[in-house]
Amino acid sequence: MTDITALERDLSERIAASGDDAALEAVRVAALGKKGQVSELLKSLGGMSPDERKMQGPAINGLRDRVTTAIAEKKQALADADLQRRLETERVDVTLPAVPFPFDPGAGRIHPVSQVTDELIAIFADMGFGVAEGPDIERDDYNFTKLNIPPEHPARQMHDTFYLNGNAGDGARAVLRTHTSPVQIRTMLTQKPPIRIIVPGRTYRSDSDQTHTPMFHQVEGLVIDETTHMGHLKWTLEEFCKAFFEVPQVKMRFRASHFPFTEPSAEVDIQCDRSGDTVKFGEGNDWLEILGCGMVHPKVIANCGLDPEKYQGFAFGCGIDRLAMLKYGLPDLRAFFDSDLRWLKHYGFSVLEQPSLAMGLTR
Amino acid sequence: MKFTLNWLKEHLDTGASLDDILTVLTRIGLEVESVEDRAKELAAFRVGYVKDAVQHPNADKLRLCVVDAGDGDVQVVCGAPNARQGIKVVFAPVGAIVPVTGAELKAGNIRGQASNGMMCSARELKLGEDHNGIIELPADAPIGTPVAEVLGLGDPVIDIAITPNRGDCNAVAGIARDLAAAGLGAVTTPAVEPVVGAFPSPIATALDFPPGGENACPLFEGRLIRGVKNGPSPEWVQDRLRAVGLRPISALVDVTNLISLDRARPLHVFDADKLRGNLRARPAKDGEALAALDGKSYVLDSTMTVIADDHAARGIAGVMGGEETGCTAETVNVFIEAALFDPIRTAATGRKLGINSDARYRYERGVDPEFNRAGLELATRLILDWCGGEVSDVVSAGAVPEWRRQIAFDPASVKKLVGIDIPAAHVLRILGDIGCTITGALPFLVTPPSWRPDIHGAADLVEEVARLNGLDNIASVALPRVTAVTKPGLTPTQRRYREARRALAGRGMVEAVTNSFVPKKDAALFGGGSDALMLANPISADLDAMRPNVLPSLIAAAARNAARGLVPSHLFEVGPQFNGTGETEQPWVAAGLRAGAGARQWSGIPLSPDVFAAKADALALIEALGGPVANLSVWTDAPHWYHPGRSGQLKLGPKTVIARFGELHPKVLTAMDLKAPAAVFEVFVDAIPLPKAKATKTKPPLVLSDYPAVERDFAFLIDTSVPAGDVVKAAAGADKVLIEKVDVFDLYEGKGVPDGKKSLAIAVRLQPKDRTLTEADIDAVGQKVVAAVTKATGGTLRG
Repeated sequence: MTDITALERDLSERIAASGDDAALEAVRVAALGKKGQVSELLKSLGGMSPDERKMQGPAINGLRDRVTTAIAEKKQALADADLQRRLETERVDVTLPAVPFPFDPGAGRIHPVSQVTDELIAIFADMGFGVAEGPDIERDDYNFTKLNIPPEHPARQMHDTFYLNGNAGDGARAVLRTHTSPVQIRTMLTQKPPIRIIVPGRTYRSDSDQTHTPMFHQVEGLVIDETTHMGHLKWTLEEFCKAFFEVPQVKMRFRASHFPFTEPSAEVDIQCDRSGDTVKFGEGNDWLEILGCGMVHPKVIANCGLDPEKYQGFAFGCGIDRLAMLKYGLPDLRAFFDSDLRWLKHYGFSVLEQPSLAMGLTR
Repeated sequence: MKFTLNWLKEHLDTGASLDDILTVLTRIGLEVESVEDRAKELAAFRVGYVKDAVQHPNADKLRLCVVDAGDGDVQVVCGAPNARQGIKVVFAPVGAIVPVTGAELKAGNIRGQASNGMMCSARELKLGEDHNGIIELPADAPIGTPVAEVLGLGDPVIDIAITPNRGDCNAVAGIARDLAAAGLGAVTTPAVEPVVGAFPSPIATALDFPPGGENACPLFEGRLIRGVKNGPSPEWVQDRLRAVGLRPISALVDVTNLISLDRARPLHVFDADKLRGNLRARPAKDGEALAALDGKSYVLDSTMTVIADDHAARGIAGVMGGEETGCTAETVNVFIEAALFDPIRTAATGRKLGINSDARYRYERGVDPEFNRAGLELATRLILDWCGGEVSDVVSAGAVPEWRRQIAFDPASVKKLVGIDIPAAHVLRILGDIGCTITGALPFLVTPPSWRPDIHGAADLVEEVARLNGLDNIASVALPRVTAVTKPGLTPTQRRYREARRALAGRGMVEAVTNSFVPKKDAALFGGGSDALMLANPISADLDAMRPNVLPSLIAAAARNAARGLVPSHLFEVGPQFNGTGETEQPWVAAGLRAGAGARQWSGIPLSPDVFAAKADALALIEALGGPVANLSVWTDAPHWYHPGRSGQLKLGPKTVIARFGELHPKVLTAMDLKAPAAVFEVFVDAIPLPKAKATKTKPPLVLSDYPAVERDFAFLIDTSVPAGDVVKAAAGADKVLIEKVDVFDLYEGKGVPDGKKSLAIAVRLQPKDRTLTEADIDAVGQKVVAAVTKATGGTLRG
């Protein structure tokens, strides 16, 4: 037993004293090499009686493991110190003036999601809508409960929600918002009507295939005042679609649907022609679903401390990525977030193409 | 929800075409997902008679058949073993589209013999998997008739999506009711006639819940039918179930499935001889196990409800029955269960156990409480008709819970909310058609029917009217303009994020939009990966942590591009980083990366992006966003993901970090498998102070001097450890009136400069405002510059 203790102490000291890889390797060979001290001890197990082996076996194997670990740790420490020294020699004076990397300004690109978002903002600003935003990690009561989706509501099954381990304060569970609608709540809680906002932003659902990615983008629209009705909603969406798709006329179809936070609710299809390689809007025999909308549910208005007898209005929600795909013919949603330089260069936009109604949304 | 057109027409008297029905379904919110019209698909396939079948002269396994399908004799080469003279077959003429392949059938020549058509197997028609031979039709099938008629496939199958609020439309009868209310016909669903019992039920039902838990099952009814003969259900029932994708099992089971689909009324049938004693609905015991009809065993807990006999749990309430007490071909005495179960508990139980059954689906969306007894009576009638037997009295525990509620309603609210003028009488008619009872005068008191638990307030009634009147009938009305000329839609902060994008793209960088989550190991490299910011249910192990920084997303993107041979990457992203779960802990950051050497050029060696390039990008962005670039100080305390000697932070005052820049730490590059050197920056857009709101947009006046500026160069020998910035700062401060700017233009270490020292050369520009400077003036300032630099840095003027 003393042998082992003494040997371990000796090896530990020699490992600690090793100043470089060569010295450490020498210790390793002396201890664990073919004829190393620890290896010899391991060999001696074979000649022991079963009782002896039972006692010595664990001790010797333990020694081997500890020495192996100590050598590995020392090796890492030496490597770290080496790296540290190298980094030290690479030190430069960062207070020296900056030297721009030679760049080609024309190579820059704006991502289609940002471009389309800017287009949406330009169109809706003209109709009197401001932009509101909210956090991606949202309180579950804002994402669901205040939107008239109680915990047990079957509609919660429609959202494949990502939950976080942490909470969002005040006992609220933290979720990745499944839609931009919680910003409706945030806005109504803090602003007096009249309200006209759009809410572009990141949204998340636990879903992944060619047309679904776990992260995607939505734009929400909200109008709250004392008189806005569903006829205004239709007009707003029609004018938006005409402006966005840059066509003189669009034909839209409103289908009754159900969302817990609107009543009446509708899904909206837009008429298009999909017979060729690209989708053409304002003509054709196909219908393409593009958004969901409705009159804000009185309960949602009341949940935000507003009087539903006095205030009413509409809300709509639509995928920004989807709008980008439809308008610009982008085939695969997954490619949006892959950052392949070829894709970004091809589908991205020049800095100069800043969307403006006065200049035309696109060139 | 799938059903066939003929099934629908049992409940709806309508002259509308299939296309009209589909259009209206979609319009009123019962969105048609698909229509399978096999009669249309199989229109070309006709009954053929094999008049003759002889051996093919050139092939052992082929036969030459002469087929008459009503248009004269046709020769067909066929390899099916059962192709023989005298049978009736499914004949596909040349030009038919074969369902299984989608290909058009062409005239052929097989080993020298013409073949003008095909005789089809079940698989070729997508009627099953059988491909061992051709379909043999009944001998009396009339030659030339479409086979869809003969095969009972003439009935189109419609599949619609039911929104979760419309539990009543998980029934063909409910769909018919909605179509009638939309003006498409009249409801013809027959009333259910009660069947009088012949003897008292030997099995009683009871409710056994602790106080407060009674709503788990407010009503439990049932009855026994003895002496039944359980066999296959009638052919039309089997056809119907198969058409909507269900497998017929036996008459007793098929009864429950049929009523579930027809009336959204789930039922369960027990083999009464396998039950011990009476039945009761009660909470499950924690740990209680049950083998269910799906062949799996489930462990239950006390949040769940079971139907139990005196011995054990026999069914998971509203979800699935038990296997041990289920009906089989041998069942002689059957007990029918009809009960109301709490939607919330049923949903939670199904979710917890992972059972998606038709019963659960209907209970969790709400079943009609008034149809409990009727459903039981309907099942009784069908079982007696199909299986015979003698029925007991109904046993019942509990009562139908109160569902009636009155909603005060003014038809004018339709105009107010949806903007369409519908006469009050028409509004009330629509509400009546969906089953509402209306009393009183203005405001009317409307009681929704028992099958519409989703209607609670006036807005719900408006929705019903708008929906059934047609949303397309709402006219567009212009939203009034708020201001004559458009006002900005963005706040100054929002505007800056958008400007940041265009500023960086203007520096030749490409915008990426990347996932907000990263692998935990990458998050850890950037100070993240804390438990609170881990996803509880990640979609995959490499997307499990909210990113603490935008850089790992960009580094991973650059590594992916490099793996595809796309180098260099000059990427940026303006997006969120997650410091915590609170709403103020998710700032947006503008981060960028330049990775990999530039392209080789004839004019010189390619450059690698370095710390100074990153600094230039960060400063340029801050300047573009109107940040106080001149007031920023450079610190060398960038966090651990940066190269410690080639990175820095730009701060406003000692605490406010506006940006970080530098080269990445080699360990980060290795860990993230980015082989190229990379210079990165992070600009905290929110930390840049917003310009103060000013009363006017006037720019400060431009004051230009009429006197010439003078530039003087100085070279200092200073310790290598002294930052150049200190020299510049000291020099610039030497004469604040005259010195306009100071630039470093040379740095030298090596031969001629002592060890531990460096030579730093600066150009100082003097701009007098009121006179031309004399040599003496310039010398005086020069001496002040030297003195200031010496005092601040210990440097000496190099001779």
